[in-house]
Amino acid sequence: MAEKEKLTIVMFSGNLDQALAGFIIATTAASMGMAVSIFFTFWGLNIIKKNEGGIKSQGLMRKMLNFMNRGGSKRLKLSRFNMLGLGTAMMKRLMKEANYPSIDEFITMAHQMGVKLIACTTTCGIMGLEEGSFRSEVESLAGAAYFLGEARESKTTLFI
Amino acid sequence: MKADQSLDCVGLYCPMPIVKTAEKIKELKPGEVLEVVADDKGIMQDMPAWCQATGQEFLGTEEKGGEIKVYVKKTRQ
Repeated sequence: MAEKEKLTIVMFSGNLDQALAGFIIATTAASMGMAVSIFFTFWGLNIIKKNEGGIKSQGLMRKMLNFMNRGGSKRLKLSRFNMLGLGTAMMKRLMKEANYPSIDEFITMAHQMGVKLIACTTTCGIMGLEEGSFRSEVESLAGAAYFLGEARESKTTLFI
Repeated sequence: MKADQSLDCVGLYCPMPIVKTAEKIKELKPGEVLEVVADDKGIMQDMPAWCQATGQEFLGTEEKGGEIKVYVKKTRQ
């Protein structure tokens, strides 16, 4: 095959269900021989934050934000029927019973398949997140121009 | 249909059968046939689409009592 077809995904949402949709499409595309990049921005950054926490940010407002909005793949909630965590717990249980990979496993799998995980620098700056706030699978921090550079060459671009 | 290798994907949902097929096909030599056994109906549409995207040859589907077997011939590396 000549140049690989490209897929670029903007992962804006940090909900469990939406993250799942993003990773299903990303891993499938990688299986189909496509070059895949996922740009995480805003609430989407929660998906790739370290589960262990330990985010050091400057200023009271950022500290408060990162305290309330802790993130990590294991802390994502359903966009509907969260019901104080009960709905999310039930969905996770159903996924486990169906032998379905968790978001954590999907991130590892996507990384192994060569999917590029990129965090948006602007939201990182505003929210007080540094490269060290994210898990090791995250390749780099980049801005909108880099995303558009990738998107222009992509046959498929998704905003989730 | 006769196959050189078989991949068990029973109980797995999309996209796992496709992800596993993409991994497994690397073990085959060109000209060999891979049989994928699954019970998620999605594979009947997904596998021909995957073959088209990756340039492998889709040989067909056999369905018996909820068990679906799809056959892929490796035609390229």
